[in-house]
Amino acid sequence: MTAAQPNGRSERPASAVAILSAAAPPVLEVRDLKTQFFTDEGIVHAVDGVSFSVAAGETLGIVGESGSGKSVTALSLMRLLEEPSRITGGEIRFQGRDVMAMTPGELRALRGGGIAMVFQDPMTSLNPVLRIARQLVETMVVHGRYTADAAAERAVKLLGRMGITAPERAIHSYPHQFSGGMRQRVALAIGMSNDPALLLADEPTTALDVTIQAQILDLLRELNRDFGTAIVLISHDLGVIAGVCARVIVMYAGEVVEEGPAEALLSDPRHPYSWALINAVPRIDRGALEGKRLTTIEGAPPDPLAHAAGCRFAERCPFRIAKCVEHPPLAEVAPGRRARCWVTQAGRSLVGPRAEDALAAEAKAEAKPFDHGVEATLARGERLLEARGVVKHFPLPRAGLFGPTRVVRAVDGVDFDVAQGETVGLVGESGCGKSTLARVLVRIHRPDAGSIRLAGQEIAQSQPSAIRPLRRRMQMVFQDPYASLNPRMTVGQILGEPLVFHRITKGARETSAHVDELLNVVGLSPKAAQRYPHEFSGGQRQRISIARALAVRPDFIVADEPISALDVNIQAQIINLLIDLQERYGLAYLFIAHDLAVVRHISERIVVLYLGKVAEIAPAAALFESPLHPYTRHLISAVPIPDAAIESRRQHLQLAGEPPSAIDPPSGCRFRTRCPLAQPICTEVAPPLAEHRPGHFAACHFAGQF
Amino acid sequence: MTATAARPALAAASVPLPASRRRRWLRRYGLASLGAAIILAWILVALLAPLILPYLPDTVEVTKRLQPPEAAHWLGTDALGRDDLTRLLYGARISLSTGFIVVVVGAVFGTLLGGIAAYARGAVEELIMRATDLVLCFPPIILALAIAAALGIGTTNTIIAMLVVWWPKFARLARSLVLVQRSHEYVEAATVVGLTPARILLRHIIPNAIGPLVVLVTLDVGNAIITFAGLSFLGLGVVPPTPEWGSMVAEGRELVEQWWVAAFPGLAILTIVLGFNFLGDGIRDWLDPKARRR
Repeated sequence: MTAAQPNGRSERPASAVAILSAAAPPVLEVRDLKTQFFTDEGIVHAVDGVSFSVAAGETLGIVGESGSGKSVTALSLMRLLEEPSRITGGEIRFQGRDVMAMTPGELRALRGGGIAMVFQDPMTSLNPVLRIARQLVETMVVHGRYTADAAAERAVKLLGRMGITAPERAIHSYPHQFSGGMRQRVALAIGMSNDPALLLADEPTTALDVTIQAQILDLLRELNRDFGTAIVLISHDLGVIAGVCARVIVMYAGEVVEEGPAEALLSDPRHPYSWALINAVPRIDRGALEGKRLTTIEGAPPDPLAHAAGCRFAERCPFRIAKCVEHPPLAEVAPGRRARCWVTQAGRSLVGPRAEDALAAEAKAEAKPFDHGVEATLARGERLLEARGVVKHFPLPRAGLFGPTRVVRAVDGVDFDVAQGETVGLVGESGCGKSTLARVLVRIHRPDAGSIRLAGQEIAQSQPSAIRPLRRRMQMVFQDPYASLNPRMTVGQILGEPLVFHRITKGARETSAHVDELLNVVGLSPKAAQRYPHEFSGGQRQRISIARALAVRPDFIVADEPISALDVNIQAQIINLLIDLQERYGLAYLFIAHDLAVVRHISERIVVLYLGKVAEIAPAAALFESPLHPYTRHLISAVPIPDAAIESRRQHLQLAGEPPSAIDPPSGCRFRTRCPLAQPICTEVAPPLAEHRPGHFAACHFAGQF
Repeated sequence: MTATAARPALAAASVPLPASRRRRWLRRYGLASLGAAIILAWILVALLAPLILPYLPDTVEVTKRLQPPEAAHWLGTDALGRDDLTRLLYGARISLSTGFIVVVVGAVFGTLLGGIAAYARGAVEELIMRATDLVLCFPPIILALAIAAALGIGTTNTIIAMLVVWWPKFARLARSLVLVQRSHEYVEAATVVGLTPARILLRHIIPNAIGPLVVLVTLDVGNAIITFAGLSFLGLGVVPPTPEWGSMVAEGRELVEQWWVAAFPGLAILTIVLGFNFLGDGIRDWLDPKARRR
């Protein structure tokens, strides 16, 4: 407890850059760290010989897919691991002191004193039953640097510094009274309260919307710049890393596979895994270049119970050579850059088989729409779905017996079309009504008003029995691959049920033949039919979910965030699958996502939703090149680009505040409370959705004037 | 952090050995198996009672009143000279069957009502759930006592009385389980496929909601047996000559010297209730994937 850090507050150098240039001792030094989980099945080598160091005031990013060991590394640094996981080897030194040898008291001083940690979900890292003030003050008083009064005063200042408006009032709130972004600011305030030398942030923005993410990343950059706090940022998102970190470590199967300056690593990766990560993500600053397919790598990360003797990535590596049966060392490949790869050992860059592969895969098949036998199929480009003035309100329980009836205006008058064979992207922040709209369109919910026409047939208010035949034309793929498949049914039963129910197949044999074909179409083995959903990975489950949607041979599929729960490489595989299926069957998609880069990549037209209303509808390229609505402008600007050079030159528009509540939305234009263009007219008159250019609609009084 | 140094043995055993696997199985399912064995043993002796016993439960031998346990009467005799072992095993028939009847009928009825409430929502739900609350307002044994007293002494009447207080907990549990399942995306997926509500409820929701209900049923049989014995003890359960554990304990209540009259039926109740509790806990652990991994 008494161990005050040598690098105390008063001695903190003003400029972080000065430290970087001088050969200052590292704040954190990790050497050959090994963390293992002792499970019933055997020993999981979660972190397997990781070494890195963080200089004072430096920003280090750690990237990797789930299971690569990045979060376990972070927990190991703080010695926060619990049984059955243990650090079995290596050395961790914080400001020259051996963390492994620390007593529980010294560890407590380290946690929150020397190193602060911010987690993905701020709801679980803040205590829900204590007011913010108490939690902030307690952190400071416990570490013995502040008296209660001084701490209370500092707490308000810190909250203000973290961008919380009216901190004097906010400090007396409970965590649940704040939104996710606000809670993350509070978590950062608690983290920074004792002037840590190092801030460890584990996916701090993953649970947040892009506009809020941009705010938090901005805050992280400022903290690093103004206080000289070193930052270790763990993320799966290369864009997030590129925007904040000067140096990057890429982890795979518990090892560091590449290390180097962010700019160089992202533009010229020297390990095939980094290369795959970078190429699997569509970028918001580019349209689809060489066809729509993304570069993916085969297979899954290796079994952490028994790692192969050779290179752990070899099995999935498109650059594999004979030497890869030996385990490569993390060797210097260029000044300041190290990679664990035999191929790049001589200092070569990786030249991808990307272009050729993409072309080879582009075996253009003529789209053959499914034959429904329901009615004549529409030609491509004809209007398939037509939504006009769709409204869905959810009543809230009354506050008290005589309280006013309140409603959440989840979807509040939405107009748009989807043409046959077209992909329409639907974007917006969480709470804007994307998912509700999707569920209304496929009639899981009945809309309160408006009209929905599917292939000319009005379905908005139809009885379920009247819609049943039309269900064959319109299907849905859900977000959560773990909740969207019935855990008590085999995959064969899941896929067979719609076939039998709609009398598409007769008899067990025909059904099972059909199921096998469906599995084949989505890239799974027919053996999968005998197994239960829990035996599959997230990506495979999403394939099963897609197969179920395809079973009834629809021509319109609503995909509600189908890839947001998946790792980037699996995301790319699913996107490729959706594109393939579209080419094969001429499907139309309504693709809902919060990831704008993915939406840009896959969609022909994009609908931007804000608080239950359409803000803008435009062809994808036009929307990103010349957005008309100020909200769209901000949304695009908030998306980080995984290219440090571009990211450092970009001017970020900062969208102030959070979306207002859908219970009591602002009058007039709903965006006016956050809009830099807002004029008195915006308060009074709701702007209509008007066509400003051919096919480009926007609902703004000052469209295009931003 | 002290915990990290705790289990060195695990580090050595990288692959679980058969012996450790057996130990783990025992740790996990040992008590549950014991419970199942107890229950099976009771069911067996209850069924075979006429074949393995030399006496009948209501044969009165006045000369042999209140004999302590001996070779001819292993558990002694009661105040009317009836063989206690015989009465005990015949009593198992009454206890087990009433326990099962009350719980199974109560569970089916309650689950159905709860499921309908959760699926229909609105006024139907209000009606069913408020009725549930109404019954749950009373202490169950007192309410059952009052109803049984009003209906009159007798096995059937007591069962009816118990059923009245038994269904609400199942209705509550079933409603919450169905509500949870309803919100899962696979139910929405079934809706989008076009399945009918009845099919969704029976094929998708109920199979996923049934687990906790099975646990409650198992744990509850012991509960029902003890309640029935309690009512009999108070003189409401069975009509006198019928052998029943609760009433047997009641008979031995004032016989302090002749401890065996009350002790053995009491022990019987204890073992069977423990058996159901062990089994129920085991099933719960087995159904809970988180507990299973431990």
